[in-house]
Amino acid sequence: MKYIEEYRDKGLILKLSDHIKKSVTRNYDFMEVCGGHTSAIHRFGIPSLLPPEISLISGPGCPVCVTATDFIDKAIAYSQRENVTIVTFGDLIRVPGSSSSLEKEKTKGADIRIVFSGLEALNIAKSEPDKTVIFLGIGFETTAPGTAVTVRTAREEGLENFLLLSAHKVMPPVMDAIVKDGIKIDGFICPGHVATITGSHIFNFLPEKYKLGCVIAGFEPTDLLQSVLMLVRQINTKSPDVEIQYSRAVTPDGNLIAQNQLSEVFEPCNANWRGFGNISASGLRLRKEYAAFDAEKRIPVIIQKHRGNPSCICGDILRGLKKPDDCSLFRKACTPENPVGACMVSSEGACNSYFKYHS
Amino acid sequence: MSEIVTLNHGSGGKQAHELIVNLFVKKFGMPQPLTDSAVLIEQGCTFAFTTDSYVVDPLFFPGGNIGKLALCGTVNDLSVSGAVPKYISASFIIEEGFPVKDLEKIAGSMAEEADKAVVKIVTGDTKVVEKGKCDKLFITTSGMGFIKPGFEPISTGKKIRPGDKIIVNGQLGDHAIAVLGARNNMSFSSSVVSDCTSLNHMIQSVLSECNQVHFMRDLTRGGLSAVLYELAQLSGFGITIDEISVPVDDPVRGLCEVLGFDPFNLANEGKVLIVAGRNEYEKILDILHSHPLGRKSALIGEVTNLNKGNIILNASSGGKRILDIPSGVQLPRIC
Repeated sequence: MKYIEEYRDKGLILKLSDHIKKSVTRNYDFMEVCGGHTSAIHRFGIPSLLPPEISLISGPGCPVCVTATDFIDKAIAYSQRENVTIVTFGDLIRVPGSSSSLEKEKTKGADIRIVFSGLEALNIAKSEPDKTVIFLGIGFETTAPGTAVTVRTAREEGLENFLLLSAHKVMPPVMDAIVKDGIKIDGFICPGHVATITGSHIFNFLPEKYKLGCVIAGFEPTDLLQSVLMLVRQINTKSPDVEIQYSRAVTPDGNLIAQNQLSEVFEPCNANWRGFGNISASGLRLRKEYAAFDAEKRIPVIIQKHRGNPSCICGDILRGLKKPDDCSLFRKACTPENPVGACMVSSEGACNSYFKYHS
Repeated sequence: MSEIVTLNHGSGGKQAHELIVNLFVKKFGMPQPLTDSAVLIEQGCTFAFTTDSYVVDPLFFPGGNIGKLALCGTVNDLSVSGAVPKYISASFIIEEGFPVKDLEKIAGSMAEEADKAVVKIVTGDTKVVEKGKCDKLFITTSGMGFIKPGFEPISTGKKIRPGDKIIVNGQLGDHAIAVLGARNNMSFSSSVVSDCTSLNHMIQSVLSECNQVHFMRDLTRGGLSAVLYELAQLSGFGITIDEISVPVDDPVRGLCEVLGFDPFNLANEGKVLIVAGRNEYEKILDILHSHPLGRKSALIGEVTNLNKGNIILNASSGGKRILDIPSGVQLPRIC
């Protein structure tokens, strides 16, 4: 298949793998902060192509995995109200809240529907005017512009029964938090889709402030291996920088139209992250001009604070401190069909990827 | 096991297997291993007996409809057990208000497919329920067929040995993508047509000339991954699969990339996996290649003595990884 197979060329892949093996001079710990990367790394068997000196650590890049329990609890609380339809992307319905999940509530009869895009949620609101349709907006700079367009369209069309519950987040503050936390890494494999929207410049603070290497990577096996090689070279030559490997999609300035859509509808806010707690200016909420579409403002709900399963180490995994194998629940109490932590739910979660692709 | 039945229990993956084994098999005292058809011996005669329910949405999709599916599915369940399918029953649960015109089309397809497969629909039942009590139309078909001497162990895989070769009769994923594309709420359309068809003539052409077919399964719900998992569990041996040799057509591959699906997990309705003895696999491939339903047949892997009970995938990237049974309903990625 054109534009895919070229990047999966076995000869090129083995050559890159060989280059990496010849280039290593020490141990290297690299963190990927995109769930798409975590999934691709395991799907293509990338660890089996790397020398033992290189460890890839999965960071907080899967939007489902970093979604805090209180967001799920809130969505469940909304789903219990009369004439409310919850509309969500698929993975989110299985994420455990403090005592239930959207999937369980759906089975009990709550009106919870899965869509592939925000605009599909709008169509539901249009065709069922008696329902209050609440769209669960999750994801990073990649998916947030889509939600922004959805909310703008709702306003333009005067839809009064469409609301957004936003858990949208932005990437740089959590990367900053990881480094400040003292987690030992030598460089970041930076998220290619996020950077397609934002431009590469949002990562400049990492080499400037912390002397950390950054390579913005694509999602094919040659992309990932080339990115690892570029990071190894940055470290070997002690020249940390933000390099763009995924140059077929990413530019220094990014997609300005998407950025404008985003900033017209959203503004930064503090946000709760599973595993990290509250991180300042790491979330996106609707601007006051769009308050009429903000579920939390239109229909406030109160939820109780709960503690999660104390044995679950999703937080440490998301912060790159531990691997799924280190968890006492992994493969035992926590499996993809019975997830205890959010990292086991999404195909992009570190625990789910480990479960599926490792013996 | 969970306290309530969820959609995951109907996906053909791990939870579906658990529900069947821990509840129905236990309550009914059924013999294991579980096979696509029961293989029964009565008064010196060996026959296969099977049943399946069809709830596809939408009822009509490119390449078929629920009736064609119900007929072919049962014919295939008998065929992969090594049987020559003979008799079919058909039961209909119909929602009130359902157009008779559509029912005629569906029954017409069933009759047409029965003719092609040379099976007879000999008995059936009809129930009509109030509006909202079922989704338009559900069909259950049962079937029976006769198994010639020597083919009894095919369904249980008792003859599988390390060194056996694994074959599929063509490209994967067409049915799932065709049905998905026909759903109103999906924002894509594609040229993909369901592979829904009866495989009995093709399978019989193999069985009539070869005696080293050690195992067969049709690759329906859960797709290739679910059948490979079953094969590894059933035989206790390891399995190696070469990703690059597994046929998947470009439109399916492309949509899988976009939607985050794995073509290995997608349902097919006209594909069979054959485990063939090492001395006969080339002959089997030749026969398949000369049949219209097997032109794209491919050797995709083999049974090994290594990594017992596991499936190792040689990824086309050159890396290696474990292939696991799909869990839950396949969900699209969101980022």
